[in-house]
Amino acid sequence: MSGRADTFWQQRRISTTTRELTCVACPMGCGLRVELDENNRVLSVAGNACKRGDAYARAECTKPLRSFTSTMRVEGGEAPLVSVKSAEPVPKAKLFDCVKAGNACAAKAPVAIGDVLLANAAGTGVDLIATNRVAKKREAIAV
Amino acid sequence: MLNQSGRSYDVAVIGAGVVGALIARQLGRYDITAVVLERANDVAQGTTKANSAIVHAGFDAKPGSNKAKMNVAGNRLMPGLCETLHVPFRNNGSLVIALSEEELPELQRLLVRGEANGVPGLRLLDRSELLAMEPQVNPEAAAALYAPTGGVVSPYELCVAAAENAVANGVTLLRNFAVERITREERGFVLFSARESVRAGVVINAAGVFADEIARMAGDESFRIRPRRGEYILLDSSQAGVVEKTVFQCPSKMGKGVLITPTVHGNILIGPSAQDIDDREDLATTHGGLRGIQAAVRRTVPGYQIRDIITSFTGLRAHCSRDDFVLEASAANPRLIHAAGVESPGLTAAPAIAQHIAQLALKALGGACAEKAGWVPGRPAPLRMRELSHGERRAAIAKNPAYGRIVCRCETVSEGEILDAIRAPAGATDVDGVKRRTRAGMGRCQGGFCGPRVLELLARELGLPSEEITKCGGDSRILLNKTK
Amino acid sequence: MEAVDLVVIGGGPAGMAAALEAEKNGVERILILERAKTLGGILEQCIHTGFGLHYFGEELSGPEYADRFIVLVEQNPHIEVKLGAMALEVIPGENRHRVFAVNQAEGLLELDCKAVILAMGCRERPRGALNIPGTRPAGILSAGTAQKYVNLEGYLPGREVVILGSGDIGLITARRMTMEGARVKLVCELMPYSSGLTRNIVQCLEDFNIPLRLSCTVVGIHGRERLEAVTVANVDENFRPIPGTEETIPCDLLLFSVGLIPENELSRAAGIAMDHVTAGAVVDELRQTGIPGIFACGNVLHVHDMVDFVTLESQLAGAGAAAYIRGTHDPAPEYLPTRGGNGVRYVVPQRVNRRQPQPLKLYFRVGEVYKNASVRLRCGETTLLQKKRPRLAPGEMEDLLLKPEQLAALPEGAELTIEVVEREGKDQIF
Repeated sequence: MSGRADTFWQQRRISTTTRELTCVACPMGCGLRVELDENNRVLSVAGNACKRGDAYARAECTKPLRSFTSTMRVEGGEAPLVSVKSAEPVPKAKLFDCVKAGNACAAKAPVAIGDVLLANAAGTGVDLIATNRVAKKREAIAV
Repeated sequence: MLNQSGRSYDVAVIGAGVVGALIARQLGRYDITAVVLERANDVAQGTTKANSAIVHAGFDAKPGSNKAKMNVAGNRLMPGLCETLHVPFRNNGSLVIALSEEELPELQRLLVRGEANGVPGLRLLDRSELLAMEPQVNPEAAAALYAPTGGVVSPYELCVAAAENAVANGVTLLRNFAVERITREERGFVLFSARESVRAGVVINAAGVFADEIARMAGDESFRIRPRRGEYILLDSSQAGVVEKTVFQCPSKMGKGVLITPTVHGNILIGPSAQDIDDREDLATTHGGLRGIQAAVRRTVPGYQIRDIITSFTGLRAHCSRDDFVLEASAANPRLIHAAGVESPGLTAAPAIAQHIAQLALKALGGACAEKAGWVPGRPAPLRMRELSHGERRAAIAKNPAYGRIVCRCETVSEGEILDAIRAPAGATDVDGVKRRTRAGMGRCQGGFCGPRVLELLARELGLPSEEITKCGGDSRILLNKTK
Repeated sequence: MEAVDLVVIGGGPAGMAAALEAEKNGVERILILERAKTLGGILEQCIHTGFGLHYFGEELSGPEYADRFIVLVEQNPHIEVKLGAMALEVIPGENRHRVFAVNQAEGLLELDCKAVILAMGCRERPRGALNIPGTRPAGILSAGTAQKYVNLEGYLPGREVVILGSGDIGLITARRMTMEGARVKLVCELMPYSSGLTRNIVQCLEDFNIPLRLSCTVVGIHGRERLEAVTVANVDENFRPIPGTEETIPCDLLLFSVGLIPENELSRAAGIAMDHVTAGAVVDELRQTGIPGIFACGNVLHVHDMVDFVTLESQLAGAGAAAYIRGTHDPAPEYLPTRGGNGVRYVVPQRVNRRQPQPLKLYFRVGEVYKNASVRLRCGETTLLQKKRPRLAPGEMEDLLLKPEQLAALPEGAELTIEVVEREGKDQIF
């Protein structure tokens, strides 16, 4: 029994890592210490003043997500660009891939808020949707 | 290979500052061909755009000097010229204050000088008269010299207007033409920039801080120019009213000292610092310089809280080894005429210098030249929405709806005015050029709101992509590339 | 001359909310003057999300937040919008006011109205205001101007960027520039703390390894035509640069995000009394200025950090203007002044009618960061309210709610003071 316990503690000491985070759940900005095992599983969260801090730390260490916003080119519109956002937060590591994917396409005027301008951006499974409207350019109609 | 067969002109003026531009305007009167060669992307880019903007009465210069003669003559010409060219000018009067009893002899000396120079109306004020005139100046000031003929003018607008008038009367303006080499010919010169050349029978050297370099290119080493840095701080119009007159402290060896003055546009200007430097293009302001003028101005107006700063800037004064304006045909070559060493009171003197130099040029060309038929002395009055009554605004917009689209909200400048400035003879081709001609971007937000719109209008009018529009020529592009 | 009931100057979030609320309260002829080509104001270029959590309970981007109101304004038969219309002058009158504006289609607009709501917003403090020595090359912009080029026009104004100012605008601009391919080399902040939200420090800077240097400012600008480098230096507690800490950073774009200033030129010219701290008008709880029938709301009144609060404030102004127009307002208000005490920079409204019947929110801002302090509202030595605040920061507007019966019980001429009460052994953080 005791031998097993020794091994367990030894292993744990060797393979855990600690991450320092600043909680963003509210303006307090608590400093969080998160202990992780070798498989990036959260073992403990300390420093949080409330439950939201615990949840933030666990999410941030295992699957950090970010809401993504950018712009997309518009063809034949009153404005050259339309603002876009990801319909859901996307993995943090995929932010620049989303920028690239969005920059590679162009929306066609007219654009309405909520229009899906790019489905499944950069393989995230999340769509890019318009967050503004762009009317058709008048001259473009005449041509 | 350089283009050796550039166009030929009777006269070439090197430099389109206020001196060069006013000379060009004078040349435009006559039946000759003239060209102005400007190294920058616009006129008024040297000392003209960064100075005290003062029309000096003329009590400061040594009697008999070119500075004294031209100052007093220029002061007389200035109001009429500004009226003809529709340039803002105000005769607000000026004061030199003696901060202590020890400075009283200096005031006396200025009074005597001024009278010798022919300055009208000079008067010494005692403390109570001074404080009645300017209640906010140092109550410990012992006395002041009052010059009723002192005034303020917009130097860059005077230069722009003169260039516009010259071009309208047939003078050619070549921008981005920095003279790098001059060769002599039997009947004149060839002037080379890195890419082009022009021939001219007579060359007028109005090259500001570069005037000695130009002279040397033509074989004349009779004077040297040393740039003298002068730093200024421009305050928002909310600060107006602290003084009504231009208030100088007693002069020192380095110049007329730090002044505080209203500008023609209702701002307050303080400065300059004075520091001799070697770099003719160093327009940086310095920590010490800016602090120094703030400290100095508090001696004029004690406790003055310098708030609402719009901007600070540096001008380089072309201080000449002869300590006077050089206004003469070169001893090395009578076809080279100098209008050089024009530091303070050069702005005031410029209208008189221009007349004088133009006459020298005509003489060098061989004497009597006919006046051009149909010469126009002025320019059309630029429309200024911010100065109009509501009724006048209504009429202006009815004539041209572009006057109804306000682009610069701080200074109330419309799209129509910006288009006028771009389309005018010698018109604006960069963002700063629009700013100097219209005041768009000159106000408290410093172009934060109107900058993008001005850029768009320039791109449209000049037929260029937005990325090629510059702040002030050269590589001063504002946008680098499209993002997508 | 055109006669209307209410002229709203500005069609951003403040102007739209005020107009809609006035209409809801029975005003029938409302005119919004908007100088841009579209409604929405600055929100049009704020393409990031984070708007509307408080008011709509969901996280929207700036254009989406604006659009919620634009749709309502456009559908409303009692609200007329003039776009591209710049108000030039407000002339207060005894019973009715006059507003002069210009636009392209109609020329000069002369409007005669019962009430005016000022909702002109604010502008950014430019470089010149800081008096930083150096040259004046291209490549120096305010953060908002850069946002406009990048987000609305699709142009990059620089590739190597230094940002002065770490408020939310500075932080969000850092992320946007990075996303569009620029490299933000440094964000520096004069204060010993950032006034931006923690979330923005993490998600706009840390996510992209952008360094933030506190107690640091730009002390030199280099480059003749295009910006080539800036020199930054640390500052001491009096914000003076510390010699020997200078570092010169090569860059081609310097962005300023160093504060917003209410755009009150029209208000000042109209003779409206101003608060020197907010740089906005002095107002009562209906956001009525010292001139009866002229109201102010949104960033022209005081700079807000959340658009949701702009909306709420503007609804107060809209309702107040409606009451004034319909004559249902209190004809003889008994005003009590409000005041910021220890640690509190300002309070809005600056005066409140003792007789007003609604629960009353007093908004205020503190001057530095406090942890575990409380805020107190007192009248003389009598504490009316005291609330714990785990954190107070200059970047975050605070409020206290006062019941009308508490207000009514106060003596005439009493003064309301809001102050920070620090705990024993104060725990200030930077």
